[in-house]
Amino acid sequence: MQNVAAIETIPTNVSADLGVRTTTEPVTATLHEWLITVDHKRLGVMYIATALMFFVVGGVLAAVMRAQLAFPNGTVVPPDVFNRLFTMHGTTMVFLVGMPFLAGLANYLVPLMIGARDMAFPRLNAFGYWIFLFGGVLLYFSYVGGEGLAGRGTAPDVGWFAYSPLTEHPFSRGTSTDYWILSITLTGLGSISSAINVIATTLTMRCKGMTLGRMPLFVWLLFVVSGMVLVALPPLTAAQVMLLLDRYLGAHFFDTQGGGSAILWQHFFWIFGHPEVYILILPGFACASEIIPVFSRKPMFGRAAMLGATVSIAFIGLGVWAHHMFTVGMSSQSNIFFVISTMLVGVPTGIKLFNWIATMYGGRIWFATPMLFCTGFLFQFLVAGLTGIMMAAAPFDWQLSDSYFVVAHFHYVLLGGLLFTLFAGIYYWFPKATGRMLDERLGRWHFWLLVIGFHLTFDTLHFAGILGMPRRIYTYAPGRGWEGVNLVSSIGVVFQGVATLCFIWNVVRSLRRGAIAGNDPWDAWTLEWATTSPPPEYNFATVPEVRSSRPLWDLKHPDDPDWKFE
Amino acid sequence: MTAPPIAVVTNIFRPLSTPAESIAALSWLVVGVCLAIFLVVAGLLAYTVVRFRRPAVDLDREPAQVYGSSQIEIAWTVIPILIVIVLTMATARVITEVQDRPRPEDALTVRVIGHQWWWEIRYPSLGVVTANELHIPVSTSSNQRPTFLQLDSVDVAHSFWVPQLAGKTDLIPNHPNWMWIEPKVEGTYIGNCAEFCGLQHANMLIRVVVESEDAFSQWIAHQKTNPPAGQPGEKLFLGLSCVNCHTVAGTSAKGTFGPDLTHLMSRQTLGSGVMSNTSDNLRHWIRDPQTVKPGNLMPNMQLSDREVDQVRDYLMTLE
Amino acid sequence: MNADIKRTADDSSTAIDRGQVGVICVIVTETALFTIFVVAYLFYLGAVQSGPQPKDVLECPWWPTICLLSSSVTVTVAERALARRQFRRFVGWVAATLALGGEFIRQTAIEWRRLIVVDHLTIKTNAFGSTFYSLVGLHASHVIVGLALLMLVLGVSLRGRSMLDQARRFQFLAWYWHFVDAVWVVVVSVVYVVGR
Repeated sequence: MQNVAAIETIPTNVSADLGVRTTTEPVTATLHEWLITVDHKRLGVMYIATALMFFVVGGVLAAVMRAQLAFPNGTVVPPDVFNRLFTMHGTTMVFLVGMPFLAGLANYLVPLMIGARDMAFPRLNAFGYWIFLFGGVLLYFSYVGGEGLAGRGTAPDVGWFAYSPLTEHPFSRGTSTDYWILSITLTGLGSISSAINVIATTLTMRCKGMTLGRMPLFVWLLFVVSGMVLVALPPLTAAQVMLLLDRYLGAHFFDTQGGGSAILWQHFFWIFGHPEVYILILPGFACASEIIPVFSRKPMFGRAAMLGATVSIAFIGLGVWAHHMFTVGMSSQSNIFFVISTMLVGVPTGIKLFNWIATMYGGRIWFATPMLFCTGFLFQFLVAGLTGIMMAAAPFDWQLSDSYFVVAHFHYVLLGGLLFTLFAGIYYWFPKATGRMLDERLGRWHFWLLVIGFHLTFDTLHFAGILGMPRRIYTYAPGRGWEGVNLVSSIGVVFQGVATLCFIWNVVRSLRRGAIAGNDPWDAWTLEWATTSPPPEYNFATVPEVRSSRPLWDLKHPDDPDWKFE
Repeated sequence: MTAPPIAVVTNIFRPLSTPAESIAALSWLVVGVCLAIFLVVAGLLAYTVVRFRRPAVDLDREPAQVYGSSQIEIAWTVIPILIVIVLTMATARVITEVQDRPRPEDALTVRVIGHQWWWEIRYPSLGVVTANELHIPVSTSSNQRPTFLQLDSVDVAHSFWVPQLAGKTDLIPNHPNWMWIEPKVEGTYIGNCAEFCGLQHANMLIRVVVESEDAFSQWIAHQKTNPPAGQPGEKLFLGLSCVNCHTVAGTSAKGTFGPDLTHLMSRQTLGSGVMSNTSDNLRHWIRDPQTVKPGNLMPNMQLSDREVDQVRDYLMTLE
Repeated sequence: MNADIKRTADDSSTAIDRGQVGVICVIVTETALFTIFVVAYLFYLGAVQSGPQPKDVLECPWWPTICLLSSSVTVTVAERALARRQFRRFVGWVAATLALGGEFIRQTAIEWRRLIVVDHLTIKTNAFGSTFYSLVGLHASHVIVGLALLMLVLGVSLRGRSMLDQARRFQFLAWYWHFVDAVWVVVVSVVYVVGR
């Protein structure tokens, strides 16, 4: 039986450095190593670093939009540029930030958390990353590839969900829509590859003693997410292929001028699109489910319920898609069905929220930066979920749909919810990946500036929606009552920008001068903390014994181990 | 070209028509329930955050490791389910109330057809065609006058949203939709197209003028008349290619690609709400519509200054 | 290094092989893809106003169906032969599978030629054309991919006996082939039976 002392004697001189260069290798050799790597840890870092770069780009696009909308009759950008901005912003954030981030987290952490040496298919892992990167570059190449109507490039301008028949040939001349189709098909292939890898790894490469029931919640959630990706991405790919056939071979899937159906596109898109948003948020839940217990010093309250709730969300979430279509003229029976399913999916989601709070309750909460971000997430996700319930009431949605209220809602989910947990995850696992701690003080600045900026920008937009402001408009007339909220919303962007700069500075600085982390800076309980920071290429010299879902807790508390109670 | 300031604030919580009122009533219920949930849960979270902070002097003792509690977990599963049941029942009732209201035989029916970036409006039973401004009679308790709109599109998807009158319904090509409004207060109501429809989606505003039964009848009667013939500028106008896209009833202008201009000057705005209907604005539009609403489907007709003035003068006679 | 990974993966505590999980995942995701094309086909069934209709131009494809379903049998026999290290039998049955699959594709090409030239049904004629060609074409492309892999196996086998060590991987190919056949059963039912 392992004891605590044995863990500490893992030799540190075999750790693989991740960018903290201590050798005198030429840069090209290091670059070459990264280019051909199939190591899940390096690929994980590459995914996340690339996602963060696209995040900054997507953020700049948003900042320009908010500059245009800060005042009525704005003249910062002309309409065609604005329409490309919101299309690229949405497409970037969902497909080039959210998806690769979750792939990065999964690929980095899953093998470590289950005591494996790498993913099941390391080369497939590399393929997934590079095809994602290619897709992302292809999307942005659209800005320079050819003449648009006003000579400003042909970036897509049909909105991130590309409704037909706006995307059909008569209304979408040139190649901009094709860039959207092709680049997203490619990134989708990357996502599916990652999903296959996570499922195979989770099912076949767990270390001895790690039954499915003892896997960390993080692994469980990413396993469920991967299953959803397998089932939810193909509808989008199928619809995109059909759209390509319409555009280039004259098919009539969605081409209303030739007998096609615009509504069919919406169904197919949202059959993908709604599970997609659960695919995006569940990894955030996964981070929260690891961080909140550790920083509250208690196990997850109701672990089994968390698992059950996750699976429920996955299944019910496949049956709610038409709540994005309450205004298209479906029958009242159809609408009622989707009201029921949508409200129902709120129940397991709420249960998870309660479980997190109950984990904190009675604990000894340490508000280090990861926990600050998780706490922000809890408050903000609560609001996000409730505005979702509001829109689930279809008649209410008949007013709110396609207005800034929806924009506020989904930014609350994805920025206030997901992004906060992703930052929490970065602050939590950065020490493991790099061997150095991120600075706490800068972390606090990052957090509070982001909170202020986020609320200034998005709390106000709820009211814009209530006051009748539709989304995707490049400007508005004065006198509608929208000026005040838009100005305040735009001011919030400045805070968010400064917060992001704080974060970037924190990362850059800490990579060189951060405090040395050691194996287990947070006194945590899952297997990734049982090896060095950063881990050696092979991850574990010896894998600790696993008899419960908190193997390191058991080792640190031999008198009060989990396996006596689980 | 700047749009005229509109003194109307379109708040969904200031409904002035039956469907909007039903929606608002349900919405208040839902908001109330959500607010209550928020106060309870956020309150609990706030309490937890304050009460269970790690003390300054950390005694390095782990707190009691609690794994769960069946009773609590069942409670917070059952209560949300009950809330969901209540909300879905209330919601289902309003859905059927609004969506499945039968259309009376004698109800006023208007066809609203979406174009990139203007609204074609037809009163089939009354033989009236106009654009961008919908006139309907007010509904009073003694004279209930719901108006039923049949929504369609010739190009891409649009959405009819006048918040104070009703929830929005989409205009989807190949998929006609029905909606109804029953306004209780006379006045001009503003709305926007609420489904992204391309370049000038932002400038596709709809105006709904709700007027008394008499005023409405007068308006209809006026709209049915043909403008007087032989007005100055008429010959020039009919000789230009304007007639390829526009209709002026009683003349050889029978184009249907652009808005009907027969009673252009009876409307409050030009360009579907982009600017108020004044002589100068009209001149600007005719001179170069692309400077007013860039990308709209009326090109710069390359008219000389004199031609612009004459066309403007002619159109000013179309009251 | 990859060999090391394989060794630890294969003697993991679970009885399932990661390759099997991988192929099952591929089958699941492909099923989702095909489902959408089937839904599109069903959506437009009976809703097409003009142009050739299914019952006018479609004939029951009994011969290609026999070929394809038999090829599932031949590929299973090949799989068993390989597991028992009966190399010549294995190669023979792979060739049979290829022949049957090839005949299926040939029949599809003949049918399409007739539809296009005689019945004037193309992908852009009407929504039936669009959904028919895309669904049947998607399936046919999957058959072609399978045939390409089988040709690779045959080619490798004609140059040596290395396939004897690849029984595990051949099983994945066989599973993929069975999946493609199962999809054909659905396509035939929806397009040629129900649809007509």
